[in-house]
Order: sequence, then structure tokens, then C-alpha cells
Amino acid sequence: MLNEFQQSLKLLNRMTSCSVVLGAPVRRVAIFGGTHGNELSGVFLVKHWQKNGAEIQRSGLQVTPFITNPRAVKKCTRYIDCDLNRVFDPDNLGRKVMEDIPYEVRKAQEINNLFGPKGSDVAYDLIFDLHNTTSNMGGTLILENSGNDFIIQMFHYIKNALAPESCPVFLIEHPNLKYATTRSIAKHPVGVEVGPQPQGVLRADILDKMRKIIKHGLDFVRIFNEGEEFPPCTIEVYRIIEKVDYPRNKNDEIIAIIHPCLQDQDWQPLNKGDPVFLTCDGETIAYEGDSTVYPTFVNEAAYYEKKQAFVKTVKVKLTAKGLRSSSS
Amino acid sequence: MQEAACMAALQRLQPVSHVAVSGGTHGNEMSGIYLVKHWLREPSALQRDSFSATPFLANPLAIERCVRYVGRDLNRTFTKQFLNSKAAWDEPYEVQRAREINQLYGPKGSAQAFDFLFELHNTTANVGACLIASVQDNLLPMHLCHFIQTHCTLGHYPILLYNLPDQEAYSISSVAKHGLAFELGPQPQGVLRADLLTQMGALVACALDFIDLFNKGTTFPAFETEAYRFIGSVDYPRHPDGELCASVHSKLQDKDFLPLRPGDPIFQTFSGEEILYQGHATIYPVFINEAAYYEKKIAFNKTEKCSLSIPALQRE
Repeated sequence: MLNEFQQSLKLLNRMTSCSVVLGAPVRRVAIFGGTHGNELSGVFLVKHWQKNGAEIQRSGLQVTPFITNPRAVKKCTRYIDCDLNRVFDPDNLGRKVMEDIPYEVRKAQEINNLFGPKGSDVAYDLIFDLHNTTSNMGGTLILENSGNDFIIQMFHYIKNALAPESCPVFLIEHPNLKYATTRSIAKHPVGVEVGPQPQGVLRADILDKMRKIIKHGLDFVRIFNEGEEFPPCTIEVYRIIEKVDYPRNKNDEIIAIIHPCLQDQDWQPLNKGDPVFLTCDGETIAYEGDSTVYPTFVNEAAYYEKKQAFVKTVKVKLTAKGLRSSSS
Repeated sequence: MQEAACMAALQRLQPVSHVAVSGGTHGNEMSGIYLVKHWLREPSALQRDSFSATPFLANPLAIERCVRYVGRDLNRTFTKQFLNSKAAWDEPYEVQRAREINQLYGPKGSAQAFDFLFELHNTTANVGACLIASVQDNLLPMHLCHFIQTHCTLGHYPILLYNLPDQEAYSISSVAKHGLAFELGPQPQGVLRADLLTQMGALVACALDFIDLFNKGTTFPAFETEAYRFIGSVDYPRHPDGELCASVHSKLQDKDFLPLRPGDPIFQTFSGEEILYQGHATIYPVFINEAAYYEKKIAFNKTEKCSLSIPALQRE
């Protein structure tokens, strides 16, 4: 009870506070593509911008398009030795470079030297990392830290610019699930996840959606740097709760698949008793949980090996303080 | 005139007793892999009064890695050149596997070959449930396609004739006397969708029912049907270094088997320009934006519509 009271007080404080956070200007921005080599929207956008970057230049900032996993891009595969988007943790970044070190760990250290070091003052201000999914997630923004006012303000701006088209925000902050993403080396890491698109396929509609998100994101940075004050704002986000695996037999083989009623229903409410899986024999397995969850990454190709049929999320609201650049 | 008269006559073929169903010819096309694994555990679904079909996984190594192939595309390897080659230590895995499959279900062109071989495929293209036959072998497979079109209610089943008239058949089903491929999409590589899985299971069941009826002496009357005949392919526009400079146009994406007319948009460059179809005649594109065809330099295949007159059929 007390805890709840304290929290509401805190929230009230936050909402009524007329203080505006002064954020350091965001000057150095990178756009990463090909962190997974078979997610082609980011691969081709970044390659295009490397040839012709006028579209991503904004006055007052320097924007660098960069292919993070060139060997995986060339082979059109997710990765060569291990998932690049899970190795930006102190252990891997600090590993001694030896002959047998996985390609992606070596690459992570290189990227950390170029755009980091992670957690340091000289790290890039902002990194957009471009991804695709086979799930029907639409154009999703991924937030790593619920306390980052700058990114929440940016997401609020992007959501408004894209409306009425929806732009869900996925918050991956969790006490046990640690991602160690490529973008996490920046002061402000932003994941962009657009689907559905098969691996190894480039769809014009998905490319366009991703392009618009980046356009509005860069516009926000420019306006912020120019000294505009952004009033406090609240956005709705989906916070990760847990990952759910496929039902398997004792040989670890999948014995049921995503139910047609759940397929393509990312971000839609899943209630107790709703179908989740369909077995080979045609039986339905229902959701047993008591509270409503919002599944996402439903039937993502790359997650079969990660033992993940979908991710459960809950809806929460995040409020950012008013924001202005400290330089103006 | 003479040809028409001949076409109308009842044709007879030997009964079909040796039937195989292959999944995982491409190791990341999941519907067939999942179904075949299920049938290997529980084969009763493949049993009929007059025969039992044999399920098998065609490319186990590719399946294990969830990739299309390990060394080369298995489904382009069932030609004399590869099947008659001597084993070599440095040959691609799929060449060795093609010879093995040829021994088990062929040999291609011989009297011992299996009577019928089904292949199960998926594509990222929006082809629906497409029935793919070879130009050269069309009597029994065409009756089978027609039976599916009239008895299977889950969708629309376009018939695609895949090879050029003078081209040797190269797919896995060509090792048997007759063959047919079920190509279901759109489904991403490495993903299992329940809707497509259900549809593929129903297609195989319907096909086996047809063979059973044929074996039991049913007469299948002559009919006319429409098919799409492969006539060539179109590559993506590329930069001089080979990199793509355009994607399939959003107006062409997902429009498999629909007419494409001269002047219709087919590509959009990353700088925003449209590229239009320059041909002189209406064509019917298929396999639009198939993931596995980027490396084959195919943005889509061109087909033309043709009508086929298929004579009546009964077993010998």
C-alpha cells in the first residue's frame, strides 16, 4: 500500500513538475543496417544511403550509415557464428582477440571502437538499428530504458508524425532478460523493427515504412538541436514480461505450431482460454494465464532456435519530462 | 483434325502402386518438413486401400541447418549430368544425395522407378496453392490437378508448367514415372504457418484419394483446363557492381498469376523512380519476390496462359 502511494506521489510530482530537462545536443548519429544479414530493408536502405546520403543529412548533426555484419549480409544469413545483436556485453567486448573468437564478437569489438566505447562520454549520441521480422509487428520502435526522456520524446514525436498509422513501442527492459544489443553502445539506442517480411526478401511497402520512421526520427533530432522545447508527454508502450516456447516432445522437436487465431495478431489482447498453439493432431492449446497479455514476435523465423514462439507483453504508460537542448 | 480425334480417345495407364511424398527438398521450406516428420511417426494418413505412400525427407543436412541447401540446389540436380556422375570427394552434398534418391525412388527413366512422387514446397511469393507439373508429363498429373481443383475446397489451385518443352526435367519428382509439386505461399523461410500447413495436408490427402480411385478403375472423363506455362524470367535492376538498385514495385508485389500488361510498373528504385514492363504482350508473373531467387537473378518468372485438352483416363 505504502509502495503504491509513494509511486503515485512520484508520478504526480513528475506530472506537475514544471522543470524541463536540459539534454545535451545530439550531434553524432549512426544508422545501422545488416546487424542480421538477412533482414533486407535495413541492408538496402543503408547501402543506398552510403551511395547517396542526402536524404538522411540534417543541419547540425552528422549521420553515418553503417553495415554492421558485412559477412552475414554477403551470405544473406542472420549471422556467421553467433547473433551479433546479443554480444555487446562487457564479457564479449572485453574478450581477448584470438584466432578462435567468433566472427561476430570480433565485429562487436570493432563496432564498439568505432561508435562506442559503450558507456563512455565519447560514444555516439544516437544509434538507430534497423531490423525486420517475419512477425506482423508493423513499424515498431524498441526502447531499452524506460527512464530515457530523450527517446520517449522522440518516440512520441514519431508516433504523432505517423498517425493514424500505428507505431507500437516495445520496451525490452527486464530484470533477467538481457539483450546486449548492437545499438546499446550509443547514449541513446533506438531499435526499429518492421514486419512482416520474410528473411532474404525486400518488400517495397516495408522499406517505405522503415524509411518514414528514420525520416521523422532525424527531423526530431534536428528540431531538438535547434532549441525547441518539448512539453512533458506520455506514451503507451508494451513492456516485455516473458518468452514462450513451442510445445516440444522429449527429442526437443516442436509438436505444435502457432494457432491460426494467434498468427499475425501481434499487439492484440490475448485472454485466458484463447487459442495459442495447434498440435499435429489438430488439438488446440489455449492460453492459461489469468491476466490479459499482448503477444508480439509471434512466429518469428529466427526465434525457433531461441526456443521462442512469441513474447508476452503488458501495456504500460511512460511519461517523459519536458525537454530542451542544453546548448541553446 | 486427326490430332483432335486422337486426343478424345480414352487413354490407359498402369496402376500406381509405388508412391512417395518428399518434404525438405529445400531445408527451410517448413510445411513439407513438418508434415513428413509427422507422417514418419504416424504413417496412417498416407494409407489407402490400393497403396501406401512413403514419406521421406529429401535434404536432411539442409533441414538440420534450416537452409535451402548446403552445397547446391538439390532440386536442380536430378539431371543425367549429375545422376550419372561418379562420386567425387569434393562434390556438393546435394549431388551425392541426388544419386541416393535416384537409387531409392528411381532410377530416373527406368521401369523400376516409383510410379508417383510428390514434392512439397513453400515460397515467399503469394502463389496460393500452386500445382507444378512438368511440360512433358501431363496426362496423369493433369487429371490429378483437375481432381484437386474440383474436390479440394480450401482455395484456388493454379497449374504451372515449369520447364521449357526442350528442357530436361531437373526436379526431384522427375526420378519417378510421374510427379507433381505442391508449392504453397506466401510463407517466410524457416516459418511454419498453420493455415498453409492445413492446406498442404488437405492437398496430399486429396491427391492420394485420386490415385486410389484411379487404381480402383474409375474413369476420369476428358476435360479442358487452363494452365500457366513458364516462358522466362526477369532479373532485378542492378548497379554495375551487381547490387540491386530497385525492389519489386508495390503494385506488382503479391500479384502472382494476375495479368501484367505492357507499361505496368514492375520495379521501384531506391531513389523513387518507377520501372515499367517493356514487353509487347500481357504475361502472368509468378514467384514474384521469392527469397531464394535473388541469387538466381530472378525477380519474377514470366508465364503465359494456355489451354490444355486432356483426354479421358482409366487404368489398364
